[in-house]
Amino acid sequence: MTINAGWYLSLGVVLFSIGALGVLIRRNVLVMFMCVELMLNAANLTFVTFARMLHDIGGQVLVFFVLVVAAAEVVVGLGIVVAIFRRRANTTADDLHLMKG
Amino acid sequence: MSSLLLLATSSAGPTIHVPHVDYLSILPMLIMMGGALALMIVSSLFRKVLGVGTGTLVASAASIAALVAALFQWNEVSTHGAQVTIAGAIAFDGFDVFIQIVVAIAMLLTALIADGYLRREGVEGPEFHVLAMMSASGAMMMGAANDLIVIFLGLEILSIALYVLAAFNHKRAESGEAALKYFVLGGFSSAVFVYGIALTYGATGSSNLPQIADYLSKTVIAANGVLLAGLALLLVGFGFKIAAVPFHMWSPDVYQGSPSPVTGFMAAVAKAGAFAALLRVFVSSFGTVRADWQPIIWALAVLSLLVGAVVALMQRDVKRMMAYSSINHVGFILLGMEAATARGVSASLYYVFTYTFLVVGSFAVITVMARDGDTGNQISDYRGLARKQPVVALAFAVLLLGQAGAPFTTGFLAKFGVVSAQVATQGYVLAVVAMVSAAIAAFFYLRLAVTMFSPVGIVGDVPDDAILGEGGTTVSDPSRGAPTVGGPIDSGGAVSSLQVLTDAPATTAVIDRGPVAIPGLTALVIGVSVAFTVVFGIVPGPILDFAHQATLLFP
Repeated sequence: MTINAGWYLSLGVVLFSIGALGVLIRRNVLVMFMCVELMLNAANLTFVTFARMLHDIGGQVLVFFVLVVAAAEVVVGLGIVVAIFRRRANTTADDLHLMKG
Repeated sequence: MSSLLLLATSSAGPTIHVPHVDYLSILPMLIMMGGALALMIVSSLFRKVLGVGTGTLVASAASIAALVAALFQWNEVSTHGAQVTIAGAIAFDGFDVFIQIVVAIAMLLTALIADGYLRREGVEGPEFHVLAMMSASGAMMMGAANDLIVIFLGLEILSIALYVLAAFNHKRAESGEAALKYFVLGGFSSAVFVYGIALTYGATGSSNLPQIADYLSKTVIAANGVLLAGLALLLVGFGFKIAAVPFHMWSPDVYQGSPSPVTGFMAAVAKAGAFAALLRVFVSSFGTVRADWQPIIWALAVLSLLVGAVVALMQRDVKRMMAYSSINHVGFILLGMEAATARGVSASLYYVFTYTFLVVGSFAVITVMARDGDTGNQISDYRGLARKQPVVALAFAVLLLGQAGAPFTTGFLAKFGVVSAQVATQGYVLAVVAMVSAAIAAFFYLRLAVTMFSPVGIVGDVPDDAILGEGGTTVSDPSRGAPTVGGPIDSGGAVSSLQVLTDAPATTAVIDRGPVAIPGLTALVIGVSVAFTVVFGIVPGPILDFAHQATLLFP
């Protein structure tokens, strides 16, 4: 069975768009993190697809870099969330409004 | 196991070719990372929490060592020319060395400011300096990167450490809030950036910058949607990192909420790293398709120049004002990039270098002026500073004038350099917009300077209140814990100023909080920044030559 590479790239675009919209629209910080992960994984899918299309192993290696960085980012992000929301009831971004101007 | 060993020792087995590692080309960032890791490990060996002084000592020593290593690099690059090392991942040229030097200097100055800040806020342990050194190594990596994925790694090493640094003062709720905002938007922009890399990789077949340039120069693509989308996404990612309008909305909140030394570090190091990568990627790799990206940079520059200058006028918080001023400076640096010439890049580099001293020095003053608990960041807190501490007021005034671009400071030559690079490429509209925005920006820098030199409660608050249309600043903000005086000021606006002028002696309008304490190391940073700004403003030759040579070696 063969599948046109265009489908994989399209799926990447769709996932990336869902992630980007999610970050912009959703107000729960944890959901926003998940949307960022979705965007990163859309990029990973695109990397692998292009690597197969170009017959180049480099693109698949890049995915490992992105995966590791994404993991490191989540560690720091969840740490910050825990530090902030220890004193709060929920994780809604709209409640963070100490600074304006 | 034994057969594996046999394979390893016999020369007949299959061999794997490993790339040659030129350690000199990555020495400054190795020193920074090594310093950070050593400090972290050593501190965990002691039962007792290490004092702040140890961190400052190690961070300063590592910065100075990195600076010395960068001088050796400069020597190597000057004699042997630009090279590409470590399997094409690192570009070892004058541009790279220039950024290493800028970052090392900014790291050194920040380490010295942070010492006084951490002692004042009662934060113990070496973590601040560990994270700052890690972050600096990321910025250095961005300056040296010759591959899009190495730029991404540098960007993340820089950013992830900065997210934690923004949250560092856990006693202030604003600090955590700033960190979360920075993290969410930073993560978002990184994801956009990675997707841009993926699309660029798909369109050109490589993530290596010289190979991309090679492909683009050999292939004529009429309208490659994938490449253009990749370019656009890369620009959006960079736009967030340098805080160019319209991708700037995180920066005022983050600048205001972060601890002041971190804000100065962010403005100097994160911008130096991001601009280094931006210039290298677009001017050198995508130079052949510059017709596609120059209009976008043009728009970003105009918006940053105007929005940064105008919105800064309306700020009452000094750190927010500096955030918008920083957005304004980004517009100026983009001028040099939009020109896309060697002269433009050299002017941008000169701007980044001089801005490092101006902004770190300014945030050194802001750090000490904020007093215990970071409470005194309003412009009104600076009123009458010249009477109490004339030297500090004078130093801050020089740094503000430098940022405004007054003659005989480095800021003037920086602005002159980027504008003349624009004029040389017939970018008259952008040059005029830049000069108009410099004039607007001069107003808010001078307002702060005038506030410092005006007697308490008379002149300084008039533009403040006139713009915001609020009552007396001392009364409207009781949360700062400053003792306030009711009475004549309550009636608000210009009237209150008049009443203060006529009814009461000026000194009673705001209760004197006494002189601020200035730690010796912070005073040293302020002194060095002012000296650099003035001396190289009058004798610009050495630094201009330095920035000029840094681009001559640009591959």
